[in-house]
Amino acid sequence: MSYTYESYDVVVIGAGHAGCEAALAAARLGCKTLVFTVSIDSIAMMPCNPNIGGSSKGHLVREVDALGGEMGKNIDKTYIQSKMLNTSKGPAVHSLRAQADKKDYSREMRRVLENTDNLVIKQGEVAEIFVENEQVTGVRTASDAVYPCKAVIMCTGTYLKARCIYGEVSNNTGPNGLSAANQLTACLDKLGIEVRRFKTGTPARVDRRTIDFSKMQEQKGDKKVVPFSFTNRPEDIEREQVSCWLTYTNQQTHQIILDNIDRSPLYSGDIKGTGPRYCPSIEDKVVRFSDKDRHQVFLEPEGNYTNEMYIGGMSSSLPEDVQYAMYHTVPGLENASIVRNAYAIEYDCINPVQLKASLEFKDISGFFSAGQSNGSSGYEEAAAQGIIAGINAARKLAGKKALILDRSQAYIGVLIDDLITKGTNEPYRMMTSRAEYRLLLRQDNADLRLTEIGYEVGLISQERYDALCEKRAMIEAEIKRMQKTTVGAGKEVQEFLKKNKSTLLQSGTTLAELLKRPELSYDILSEIDKDRKILPDDVCEQVNINLKYDGYIKRQERQVAQYKKLENRKIPEDINYDEVYSLRKEALQKLKDFRPASVGQASRISGVSPADISVLLIYLEKYNKEL
Amino acid sequence: MEHDTIAGIASGMGGGIGIIRVSGNNSLRIVGEIFATKKFVHDNTLREDSWDKDFFFKKDSHTIHYGFILDDDGTIVDEVMVLLMKSPRSYTCEDVVEIDSHGGPFLIDKILKILMHHGARLAEPGEFTKRAFLNGRIDLAQAEAVMKLITSKNAFALDSAIKQLEGRVSKYIEKIRQEILDNMAYIEAALDDPEHYDLNGFSDKLYVKVHEEINSLQELLDNFENGRMKSEGIRTVIVGKPNAGKSSLMNLLLDEERAIVTNIAGTTRDILEERVQIGNLVLNLVDTAGIHDTDDFVEHLGVEKAMEYLEGADFIIYVVDSSAPLDEADEKIISLLAGKSGVILFNKSDIDSVLELRDLKDKIEWDCIFFSSKTGDGLDKLEKYITECFLEGNISFNDQIYLTSLRHREAVEEAVESLYQLLNTIEDGMPEDFYIVDLMDAYKYLGLINGETASEDLVNKIFKDFCMGK
Repeated sequence: MSYTYESYDVVVIGAGHAGCEAALAAARLGCKTLVFTVSIDSIAMMPCNPNIGGSSKGHLVREVDALGGEMGKNIDKTYIQSKMLNTSKGPAVHSLRAQADKKDYSREMRRVLENTDNLVIKQGEVAEIFVENEQVTGVRTASDAVYPCKAVIMCTGTYLKARCIYGEVSNNTGPNGLSAANQLTACLDKLGIEVRRFKTGTPARVDRRTIDFSKMQEQKGDKKVVPFSFTNRPEDIEREQVSCWLTYTNQQTHQIILDNIDRSPLYSGDIKGTGPRYCPSIEDKVVRFSDKDRHQVFLEPEGNYTNEMYIGGMSSSLPEDVQYAMYHTVPGLENASIVRNAYAIEYDCINPVQLKASLEFKDISGFFSAGQSNGSSGYEEAAAQGIIAGINAARKLAGKKALILDRSQAYIGVLIDDLITKGTNEPYRMMTSRAEYRLLLRQDNADLRLTEIGYEVGLISQERYDALCEKRAMIEAEIKRMQKTTVGAGKEVQEFLKKNKSTLLQSGTTLAELLKRPELSYDILSEIDKDRKILPDDVCEQVNINLKYDGYIKRQERQVAQYKKLENRKIPEDINYDEVYSLRKEALQKLKDFRPASVGQASRISGVSPADISVLLIYLEKYNKEL
Repeated sequence: MEHDTIAGIASGMGGGIGIIRVSGNNSLRIVGEIFATKKFVHDNTLREDSWDKDFFFKKDSHTIHYGFILDDDGTIVDEVMVLLMKSPRSYTCEDVVEIDSHGGPFLIDKILKILMHHGARLAEPGEFTKRAFLNGRIDLAQAEAVMKLITSKNAFALDSAIKQLEGRVSKYIEKIRQEILDNMAYIEAALDDPEHYDLNGFSDKLYVKVHEEINSLQELLDNFENGRMKSEGIRTVIVGKPNAGKSSLMNLLLDEERAIVTNIAGTTRDILEERVQIGNLVLNLVDTAGIHDTDDFVEHLGVEKAMEYLEGADFIIYVVDSSAPLDEADEKIISLLAGKSGVILFNKSDIDSVLELRDLKDKIEWDCIFFSSKTGDGLDKLEKYITECFLEGNISFNDQIYLTSLRHREAVEEAVESLYQLLNTIEDGMPEDFYIVDLMDAYKYLGLINGETASEDLVNKIFKDFCMGK
């Protein structure tokens, strides 16, 4: 017998990285929010790699933080090693990555959720979402309690009909043996939502005491740590860091894998889900890249509290005995005892092209979806979608326009646009190469790009917004000063240039011009810049980047202006594509299915050719004239 | 309006006169209204007043039907075979009906008129191809090549157009594009997984590679001029002072009286341009007003244009009147010819010559051909000379790849520009991720030639070639 329980504004299904951000955003924006999780003890659990960030993912975390999300703050609280990657490359690809203490990370996030007003946590499985007249009305749990609500955000991660597999062992559970959510898929089917099956995997964990670290290379964290959250100063979060360790597979490892490949459920056909190309299992790596005689293996601590070490680079679904044999061939792991086996996990997720850019289903008002259940992968991608879905659920209930970040504003915009426009045939991972305007979308300027938006939305405090305005003013003033300050070809300047192996001046120039030289920087120039005031490090960094890469930044800004032209060509919602005569059949079908919001979005749909776009533009031209 | 029904002679490929193509969403109805199968016809007259006008709607695509075209009175115009191709399985992706008539131009014209009367519109040149492109049937490069085929009057140009259809240009460009993509993928892999792939020494290698790519593309650009000559004809300018015999020469070459031939100096009032075939070459012949100072406005316009044409000439024929001594006008012309390629025609060699060959030889290093514009003596020598000059001279036509449209040239030029920019970026010591900006530009510009877009290529390439992630 079902019975009706308390009603809520927003119900969030799942308390993983997407669910936490979604629930926090909705609750903080004043919605009475209920978040369901299959286990209270696994809120913000990290079932795979023990780190947050990395190339392009670090960008996402900083953007989530700039909008007023929690992930950045939480990893700052709980990191045990931090590293800025790619520091020898351009500022656009500098990426922050931190090893987390997994248990701490989960506990701290739970603490935040538990202490947020308007937010209620409930352990339980949602079995059904009620929809009346294409509008969400509530949810029903597996225990038959009905919670009326105005919006639902689905953040079910890898739990829908989850199945964990290694060798011939197959368990119908979510990650780490947690219960799967087996009922919701049927409801999605009933609602006419296209559901797909994806696969991912995780490597084994081994006992630290059984590892011979003398055969591995130590990987230390950075001495000077950069916080993920713009609200933290480096000195606030300094702490002792732990090391990771690098070792390699070898021919012997590969031979064992190849000898047993027929016992892998991936190759026997037992696993049908589509796995990610960027994060292949070790058996995939060995088969697909047979010319490589070794692959990297990283040993990463799971936390300060435990001896468990994560074997990065060797996820697998081979049988237990093969896993033992394989891991034992790796230098340093000869005697390693496995604490947890590697496994592959299959799960149901939705085809994200059914969503609008707000992450609401096109056909069901008030029903949002975020995170791995949208076909993405990774904690950071999940959190990024979570905060957007949370914000937009709240804005919808408040009768406000959805917050949509476009490809020129944020990696979050790229991520969501890719998912909803191009769809994905594998768990989607963020990459810097996916962002066409990445010189503008740097991790260092996420606050300058997005914090004002976060403030307007209501997730950023007045105090934080004021600080941002002050920072922006300081940057602008200092850039101007550098552009105006001239330096003559005097003796001191020439000496300085000589010392820094820079070409001597023929005539006077500005500090800004000198800064463009590769061998000079804002920092180095302080020697001949007598009037310089002491400015905060983050201000100096912005001044340096903006002046140094001025030409490239301007070039990208011009490209963005081009991009915005098509992006701003909105397509009326009531457009009848059948009237656009010369569209090819495929394009016609795709446009009817996707219902893109702008010509820009239409142009990115696969199967819509430039000729179709020309035809569409001509039609819109005519359509607008007739209005 | 793109979706109306058009009809035209499908004579693009090698003059297949006799085929009328009808394309558009009313083509089945329109042809149905004017076509009757044999069972409605007896002794060359229509047996019944009405016939099955929905005939083509009932028939399968890709079927051939024998019958008769009727005019509005029901009179039989022609006996025809009709080929039915329904959307999207046709050249234009629209409903297409092709009428294969035995008739000559007169009947073809008549059938077209009847089609117009029933609601079809006469197709503009290349309109079928345009629709094929707009409907995604063929890519831009193919479309442009077909357009060239339609307008080409030249065996060489035909060859070039066909080669383009076969994708030689596409392939050549594609090879360079792939190299660019490879380099981008490597950089991106290293950026994405810096602990796995490193970029030490990469910029030096890339620098060399980009130089090679620029050279290859530059070669293509250089050949553009040759390509243009082949497909549009060799732009040949005839110069000479008034009454030297230019127009007579032109008429001889054209073999009909089109230019105004007169012995009154200065009556060739405007520039005339004609195409003429010599062997396998097409010459675009440009006749000019005599080059001399004049107050006559029209005459003046002609002179100005003549100078302009000289600048754009691929080959120049300088006609000299041998019955008069060299004068100021000749001097002036000769001064304009410096550094250009061409031949001297020593005209009026049938009259006693006043001018000595060596008088000219001192001033200009061109070969000289004796010629009589009156008798045509020497014309064969001229034709042979031009053919030899282009076919066996420095310019080799045979194994090069040509860009034949201005749009292609622009795209290649932009790509070259981007690659030069990349060399600067490398020289400036910028970090490797900045290379992508220029590489991506070059990649996209080259993609324009085949009408391809770049969006997912890079990501797919990275995943394919590099073992990524943990």
